[in-house]
Order: sequence, then structure tokens, then C-alpha cells
Amino acid sequence: MLIETITSVRILQLVSWVVFFPLIGLLINLVIGRKLGERLSGGIASLASGLAFVTAFLLLVSLNSNPEAPHVYRLAEWINIGSLVVNWDFRVDTLSVTMMLVVSGVGTLIHVYAIGYMHADVRLNKDPERYTRFFIYMNLFIMMMMILVSAESYLMTFIGWEGVGLCSYLLIGFWFEKGKDGVGNAIAAKKAFITNRVGDFGFLVAMFMIFLQFGSLDFTRVFAAGTPTGELGKWVVIGISLFLLLAVTGKSAQLPLFVWLPDAMAGPTPVSALIHAATMVTAGVYLVARSAPIFAMSAFGPDAVAWVGTITALFAATIAIGQYDIKKVLAYSTISQLGFMVAAVGMGAYVAGMFHLITHAFFKALLFLSAGSVIQGVEYGHHHAQHVDHHVEFDPQDMRNLGGLSRRMKVTFWVYLVGALALAGVAPLAGFFSKDEIVTFALGKHPVMFGMLLLAAFFTAFYMTRQVWMVFFGNARTEAAEGAKENPPVMTVPLIVLAVLSIVGGALNLPHVETLQHWLERTIHGVHPAEFSFVVAGVSLAVAFGGILSGWFFYGRKHWELGQVDPLKKLLGPVFTVFERKWWVDEIYNVFVLQPYKDASAILAEPIDQKLIDGTANGLGKLTGLVSRGLGLLQTGFVRTYALMIFIGVAAILGYLITR
Amino acid sequence: MNTIPMSYFLVLSAIMFSLGAIGVITRRNPLVIFMSLELMFNAANLTFVAFSNAFGNANGQIFVFFVMVVAAAEVAVGLALIVAIFRARGSIDIDLMSSMKN
Amino acid sequence: MTTAINPLVILLLIPLVGGLILWLIPASRKNMLRWVALVTSLTAFGTSLWMLAQFDADSADLQMVVKLPWMNFVKVAVNFEIGVDGLSILMVLLTTVLTSISILSSWTAVQEKVKGFMAFFLLLEVGMLGVFLAQDMILFYVFWEFTLIPMYFLIGIWGGERKIYAAVKFFLFTMAGSVLMLAAILWLGVFKGTFSVPELTNIFGLLPGTAWLLFLAFALAFAIKVPMFPLHTWLPDAHVEAPTAGSVILAGVLLKMGAYGFLRFNLPLFPEIAIKAAPWFAFLAVVGIIYGAATAFMQKDVKKLVAYSSVSHLGFVMLGIFALNPLGLQGAILQMVNHGLSTGALFLIVGMIYERRHTRLMSDFGGLWKVMPVFGTLSLVIVLSSVGLPGLNGFVGEFTILTGAYTSVAINYTLTAILATVGVILAAVYLLHMFQHVYLGTVTHDENKSLKDVNWREIITLAPLLALILWIGVYPKPFFALMAPAVNNLVALMQPYLMAVK
Repeated sequence: MLIETITSVRILQLVSWVVFFPLIGLLINLVIGRKLGERLSGGIASLASGLAFVTAFLLLVSLNSNPEAPHVYRLAEWINIGSLVVNWDFRVDTLSVTMMLVVSGVGTLIHVYAIGYMHADVRLNKDPERYTRFFIYMNLFIMMMMILVSAESYLMTFIGWEGVGLCSYLLIGFWFEKGKDGVGNAIAAKKAFITNRVGDFGFLVAMFMIFLQFGSLDFTRVFAAGTPTGELGKWVVIGISLFLLLAVTGKSAQLPLFVWLPDAMAGPTPVSALIHAATMVTAGVYLVARSAPIFAMSAFGPDAVAWVGTITALFAATIAIGQYDIKKVLAYSTISQLGFMVAAVGMGAYVAGMFHLITHAFFKALLFLSAGSVIQGVEYGHHHAQHVDHHVEFDPQDMRNLGGLSRRMKVTFWVYLVGALALAGVAPLAGFFSKDEIVTFALGKHPVMFGMLLLAAFFTAFYMTRQVWMVFFGNARTEAAEGAKENPPVMTVPLIVLAVLSIVGGALNLPHVETLQHWLERTIHGVHPAEFSFVVAGVSLAVAFGGILSGWFFYGRKHWELGQVDPLKKLLGPVFTVFERKWWVDEIYNVFVLQPYKDASAILAEPIDQKLIDGTANGLGKLTGLVSRGLGLLQTGFVRTYALMIFIGVAAILGYLITR
Repeated sequence: MNTIPMSYFLVLSAIMFSLGAIGVITRRNPLVIFMSLELMFNAANLTFVAFSNAFGNANGQIFVFFVMVVAAAEVAVGLALIVAIFRARGSIDIDLMSSMKN
Repeated sequence: MTTAINPLVILLLIPLVGGLILWLIPASRKNMLRWVALVTSLTAFGTSLWMLAQFDADSADLQMVVKLPWMNFVKVAVNFEIGVDGLSILMVLLTTVLTSISILSSWTAVQEKVKGFMAFFLLLEVGMLGVFLAQDMILFYVFWEFTLIPMYFLIGIWGGERKIYAAVKFFLFTMAGSVLMLAAILWLGVFKGTFSVPELTNIFGLLPGTAWLLFLAFALAFAIKVPMFPLHTWLPDAHVEAPTAGSVILAGVLLKMGAYGFLRFNLPLFPEIAIKAAPWFAFLAVVGIIYGAATAFMQKDVKKLVAYSSVSHLGFVMLGIFALNPLGLQGAILQMVNHGLSTGALFLIVGMIYERRHTRLMSDFGGLWKVMPVFGTLSLVIVLSSVGLPGLNGFVGEFTILTGAYTSVAINYTLTAILATVGVILAAVYLLHMFQHVYLGTVTHDENKSLKDVNWREIITLAPLLALILWIGVYPKPFFALMAPAVNNLVALMQPYLMAVK
């Protein structure tokens, strides 16, 4: 009976609840959250997210027994003007349900973790009142993300797309009075929103083109429309795919719009884990996978996507090598891994891309949350340190201040190690399988791409080893690291769950079993898995171990004391400086984009607007004034002058009449 | 009755009108200006009456009454204004009355 | 429908009667004056809802028409002819809503000459309603000019430091355009034998030569009011100097009169010329969008920033109107409402901080969200609505306008729409810049540390706007449904000319 119920197709109608549960959660917290107390407030938010997960799981079960795709359920009408018809339609297919599970699953774990993390964080930042607000934002994020992945039309996807951008803005700026000069976080938040808006511009233009070309924004109708014919149609589709790529580079932090993501680390660490690693930033990958039929029509759109992803993967990996901030390393690592995913979906390896998306969600969320655990452990140590001047700014995220934590934070250490190995691509952890699938695919696509991705994988293993050694091994370089303390179970239990997932996640799509492949094939047609090759697997495993070994060679052999120069810098010199300074991308943007816009605005606002345009208007007024003042001279104020004028006038007229 | 030629009246009227006009333009005392105005009115009246008599049409006579009534009313208002101005300023020299000018 | 119970007539009479009652109340009884004004405006709002209930949304025709003989001008009858249709009904509702909110917002902000302030406000409401309801050109002109007078005094008496300059500038700019419009109205009426807009719409054929001049005469008057670049410079001055309630009405309703004029006169009376002029107006609109956004970014005064944002937002409205297709036109009308709500609300929040600190310079603020959490949250929603965040009202309007412009046959130049879309990025730049400097960061000034959060009256003032912002964002269908028949009618009217021109 129960089995019958949950496998029935009617279950799929529950889809809108993946949005409503988080909405209810956030409304409860918005109205009475302050009165509930921290545990209850965070608990409600976690429950809301958890219920969304349960709903998504029910959808999974039901969808499994009702494979005829896709199922679309209408909640309400939205815009209906002329030929533009867009509704609140929810789409249930294997791709959307997969995303829902990842978002709500990882999301729920991070919610639970955040109950503990934010408890300490709000006290550290001296504003416990803001605790509830965090969970309101988090529920809002889950809601928006669910709208994004369950939408049936590009426009509804866009609501979620910008909605998660808003949550990102709010959460990066959660401690909006903190950061450099008291506005650092606020500026980071603004940067994230505006950079994303540049990407959203691409999304908007792509939507206009889709609407003009296909007459609809609904996925079902757009994908059913078929390849446009003619030269113009060909170019329109290329245009659509390139503008979608712009959107992807914004949201998924690819070249050239990745600059916001490292700064986004200003947000509390659970946010970095959920939004800026596991879910939101993968929306771009999802968008390409979702738009697979359009990309299939486009001539060189997919190649552009693949190259952007590949270059980003390598580029960001080099930067990650030169960073000292524990979260910054992970941030650039995220950009790099997103590059892998984007490259995969660009190559047409949609399943490999989605597979890596899922495993990455596990191990990167794990890494970020563990990093958060490290930060709070060290903060605790700093707080209780005896010989420290508390007025001097201490940065618990700077890896040069850490060291030797493996002995003090055992759980965190072990889970971190699991995450790092998974990220490095060590078999049989989750990251190995998904990364291997992408790399194998790249070999069939283009040898240069293959080489670049392998190099990026090597760097990945290298910087993760560097990070693990700097944080967990050797001596504690500061008193704070000396006094670090392990965090309570509310934080470590989600870590352990994620660590387990990072270990076994590869089972989702084992070679020759290919569960995920068959599951997603129902939605994304015509995707052939790359043939598993022991040679490629061996090479990529060798690369991973090579990276780890060379990492150990530089950072593991001897202790790194406080104040010493990075061992790698001694060897590479200026090259390392390039990595350290992030290739000066921010500076380049500043010089070539921001400053010119500011200058142009200043010219428009003052000389053009005030002097030229307003000056012309006021000049007309002044001219009128001058003329009337001139005429005013005739008004002497003496009545008899006027009378004389009248007489002269009369005489002149009479004279004219008489003499003509 | 021996008629006086029409031109006599008209010449007298023109002289009176010119005198009045010169008075209005040159004098600064509003009372004198008023008297000059009256002179101009009466020049016009004289012309009306002369033509009325010459053409045997009563309309001219009637107009004269109108003019006299209007002139009387005007003098009444004008004198009131002059009194008011005198009270306010202590002088009725019209050259001093230029406060409306810028 | 008989005249006696016609909602439109009653709607016009209520603020007038309210004004008379105010006149009888002694000037010292300030609270009584406020209450009478508020109750009057709420009654007017109620009447407008009654009008809405009577309105048949499926019909494209003018409804609740009243036509009374008024006078003759050169043997052409001038009638007191009023009516409402899909183009104007939302504007009428916007007027009644914003007037009530403005009066509520002036509760404590206006302490001097309360009687005059409230009386002028109600008179202004009569004028604005008249503009949207009038169907006779002379009557329209009378109401159009009539709105100037109360607004002139509102700025000139209750304004800021340079109030006289701003008031005169406002008056002269508008006047300069409207005298030309008067000439065009007289020309049309005398030569076509009627001043009635519906009749003219039906009989007006092609008139080469003069039609261009007439079109431009109307367009100039309306473009100044909208304001379109480069006729906008009166707006920042007027906004900065006007009292808060005046700014709300100015941005919320008076600017819409310009855009509404285009819809009511330029498009139906001169369809062929409107089609030919569409690329040029679209170009000016796009320049306005980007120019307004860039200039807003450089402003130091929050109110001036919002004023320039109006130039940018109204650029979207004009772009939608001259897309000349259902998408663009419906988007434009909705965006007129959206702008009234969002920018009105922005001016309200600026007014609230001004009332507390008596400065509007961004550099005098910072970290307000920490000091005033509720106010900060409300402001954020309003700012995001103005940014055009999906799920809030601004996005629905902007997206439909941009899609309309992109697919427009009349503009026929897709780059226009793409450039306009850049305005979406720039809107985020200047508004978030403002939000950061005023609300985020640390509290940099000691005076700001003890600011009181919003009180209940202020929340009630903002609440209806916020509710509408969310409603339109999530479920705009009823709003589109109200205007759809009239817009389709208008498009159908232009269709033959569109075929002929292209």
C-alpha cells in the first residue's frame, strides 16, 4: 500500500513543496524567530530544508517508477501577453530531481552544522540578535535554488538564478560592518551581485533571442522546436549559446567573471560551503546541462564552453597554489573544479559534469565546513591565549598562523583529510571517479584540453597537500593554534556524514555500472559515456600521487616557522608572485573597467549634465531675462513718457493714414 | 441764427486738446494733470457737440453726457488715489512714483 | 449610467469637497486637518476601488463615460467628457493610493502651514485624476495645467533651500512644452471639428506635413514631463527641493502623466508618425536609461540619486511604449505603476532618514541597517524592487518591456534592446552603491548611533507599497488583464500603418 502510494505518479504533484517548505520555514523565522531561541530557530530552518529533501526523495522514488518524462505541474499563471506565455510551472525529470536532492541534502547538513557554527559566530561578532536572520537567508536560498532547478521555463529559472544571487549578496554581507575598513564585506557582497548581474545580462539577452527564435521560453517547447534553418538561424543559436555561456561564467565563476567568488569568502563559512561551493555556483553547469538540446544545435558554442572551463580549471589552480588564506585556497579550488564541470558539459559529457557536480558538492562542502571548524577552533584558542595582545588583528584563516592541528582537532583532521584526498582525486574516493570520467572524455576531444586538465589535477593535489600540511602538520605556529579545541557534535556529525558521502559518492556512477548515466539519460538524450580506460585512470592516479608527493617534498619534509617565506617561493620566485597576486586580475578590472566607468559617469554627471544640458536650459532662462531687461529700459516709470509715446504713436498712425 | 463756421469749433477744439496733452506730458503735479485731462475731454466734447449741431443728430450730445459722467467718476477715483498716495508718501510728485520699475 | 452615481464624477468631487472642508477648519487644529485630509484621500481611494469593481476588464472601450456640454470654442463644442479605460485605470488607482500614502507620510514631516499643504495636496489629486480621466482635449489641457499650480506651491513653500529656483524651473519647463501642446490641441479641434479624443481617434486619418508638427508638439510636452533625455534637468532640482510627499507624487504620478500622454494622444492620433518616429524615441529612451544610471552613480545626495534613477526607469517605459507591440506597451504601463510604487517608496525612505538626521548626503550615513534593522530590511526590499530583482515588481515590467523592444517591428534594431539591458546591470551598480554607503558598513557618525527605528505609522505608510511590490512580482496577471484589451485595441489600430511603413 505504502509502496504503491509513493511510487504513484500523483506523488510528483508534490513538487512545489520543495519551494514551499523553505518558504514556510523562513516565514516562521521571520515572524517569530527571535522569540524562539537559537536552537528552535535553527531547528525549524533545518527541518524546512530537510522536508524539502524528503519531498525530493519521494519525487525520486516516484519518478523511478514513472519514467515517461518530463512531468510538468502548473502552480499558477504568471505572465501572459500576446505570444509571451510564462507560468509558474514545475518540471520533474531526472535532472531536476538530482539537483533538488543535492541542494536539499547538502543544504540540510549545512543547516544543522550552522546551528552550532553560528552560535559561536554571532558571539564572536558580538551581535547574537542576528542569529535568526542567518537562517532566514539560508531558507530563502534553498527556496530560490529549488525554483532554479525545478523551473520549466528559462524565465522561472532566471527568478531562481537571480534569487540565489540575492541570497549570496545578503550572506556575503551578513557581517556587513566587518571586513577591511568596516566595509570590506559589504563591498565584497556588492561585487558579487554586480559581477553576477553582468552574467545575468547574458542570460536576459539569451532569453530574448530564444523567445524571438522559438516563440516560447518553456523548455519543452523550445527543445521540441528543432534546429532553426538558414544562415540567420544558425547564427542566432550560436548567439544564444554564447550569451548563455556569459551567464554561466557569472554564476559559476569562470573566466573572465570569476573575480567575485574569492571575495565571497567574506560570508560565514557555512555560506561558503553551501552557496559558494556546493550548490549555487554549480547552477551554471546545470544550466548548460539543461540547455543541452540548444547547445547540440550550436556550431561552436559547446567548444567555447569547454575551452572556458578548461582554461579556468588550470588558471584558478595556479592561483590556489599561492594563497595563504585557508578559505581562499578552497575558493580558487572551487573555481578550478567548476572549470572541470563546465569543460565536461561543454564537451558534451553532461553526465560526467553532473557526476562531478554531485561529488564536488560532497567533498567541497566537507572541506569548507571543516575549514570553518578549524577557524572556530583556532578562534577559541586565540580567545583563551595568555600572551597575546588582543588588540592586534589576528587572522585565524591565515594558514601561516596555523599548524599542528591534527593533534588538537582529531575529527576535523580526519574528515579534512578525506575531503582533500577526494578532491585530489585519489582512488577510490568520490572525486577520483568523477574527475577521471571528465579527463577520459577530454582525451577523446582534444589532446591539449586533456593535458591542461591533467595539469590542473596535478596542481589540485599539490595545493591540497600544501594546505593539509600547513594547517594540520608540523608545529603550531601561534599560541592560538596551540590552544585550538575540537567543536561540538552538532558541527562534527554533519562533517562525518559528508566525509562518508565523499568516500562512497563514487558509487553513483561506477564504470560499467553507470547508475547516474542511466538515470540522467532519460532527460539528456544521446549522451554516451566515455569508455573507461585503465591507462587514463592510471595516469590520472599517478598525477594525483605526483601532486601529493611534490607537495610533501616542499611542505612536509621540514617544519615551516612563523615569518618564513613560502618554500615554493624560494624556488619559483617571480612566477610564485604571479600566483600569489592572482595574476593581477582584480587590478586589471580596476584599471580597464571600474575606473573608466567611474570617470565616464563623473564626466556625464558634472560637465555634461550640469554644465551642458542644465546650462543650456538655464541659459535659455538667462537669455529671456536679458531680453526682458533690455525691453524693461523702455519702462521709465514716468507716466508722462508713456503718454508722450502714445501721442507720438497716434500722430504717426494718423500721419500715415492721412499721407498714404 | 447766424452760424459760426464749423472750422472754428474744430480749431478751438484742437488747440484745447493740444494744450491738455502738453499739460499732461510736462506737468508733475497730478492735480494739474487732471485739469489738463479735463481739458482734453472737453475738447472732445466740443467736437461732439459741434458735429451734433451741424448734422442735426442728437447722438453726439448724448455722448457728451457719457463722457462727463465718466470724467467725473474718474476724477473721483483719481483724487482718492492722490489722497491715498499723499498719505503714504507725503508727496504727490509723480516722478517719485516709480516703485513698480524693477 | 446616470451622472448622479457615476463613480468617476464622485471620484473627482471627493478631493474637491475635502479641500472645501479643510478650508472651514481653523489652521491651528493641525491634527484635525491631517485627519480630514487622510479620510478624504482614503474615501477617494475607496471610490476608485468602486470604479474598479464597475470596470469591465474584458472591454477595450471607454467606460463610465460622462459627457456634459461645457462651452463652444470657434463653434466647436467643448464637453466635460470623462471616462476610463485600460490605459488609464491603473493610473487612477495609482494616484489614489499614492495620495493617501503621501498624506500619511507628511504627518510629522510637515508642521508649518498644515492647512495649505493638505489643501494643495487634495487639489493636486483632483488635477491628476482629471488628467487621467479627461477625454476631451481642452478638459485634459485644463487639468494638465491645473496640476502645475498646487505642485508649484508645494515645492515653493514647503521645499528645501533652493525651493523657489526649483519651483520656477519646474513650472517653466512644463509650461514651455504645454503651450505648444495647447496650440496643437486648438489646431486639431478647430480643423477636425471636435475636441473629443475618442472621436478624433476614429476620424483622424493621414495628414502629412502638419501631422509631424502636431505629433512633435504633443511629444515635446509629454517628453518634458516624463522626462526624456535631454529634457530632464528640471527633475533632479524639483525632487531635491520638494518635500517628501511632493517627491512621491511627482515621481509616482506626475511623471506618468507624460508617458500616459504618449499612450493617449501620440499613438492613437498619429499612428503612422509614431511608427516612423519609434526608432528615434527608442534611441533617446536607451540613452536616457544608460545616462540616468551613470549620472545617478555619481550623485552624493541620496534624493538626487533616486531622481536620476527615475530618468533611467522612465527610459524603460518610453522604450516599451515605442516598441509599439502588446509586450512593450503592457510592460510600459505596468512599469509606470512599478516605478510609482518603487520610486515612491524610495522617496519615502529617503524622507524618513531626512526627518531623523536632516541630511541626505550619503557620506553622512553608513551602517544604518545595524541601528535600524526593520527600516534596513524594508529599504532593502524597495531597493531590490528598483534594481529589478525577479520575483519583485520591477523585473516583470522590465522583462516584458525588453522582450517587447527586442521583438519590436517598429524599432527593428535589436541592439537597442541589448543596450537597454545594460541598464539592468547599471541599476544594480548605483542602487547597491547607495545601499552600501547608507545601510552597510560600520556606523561612522555618532549622530547615527541613536537613531530610532521606524514607528508604526511609517510601517503602515510603506506596507501597502511593499505588498503591491510583492504582488506584482509574483502574480501580475490581474494587472495585465486590466490593460490587455485596451492595449490590443491600440495595437490593432496601428497595425495597418505598421504594415504600410515597413
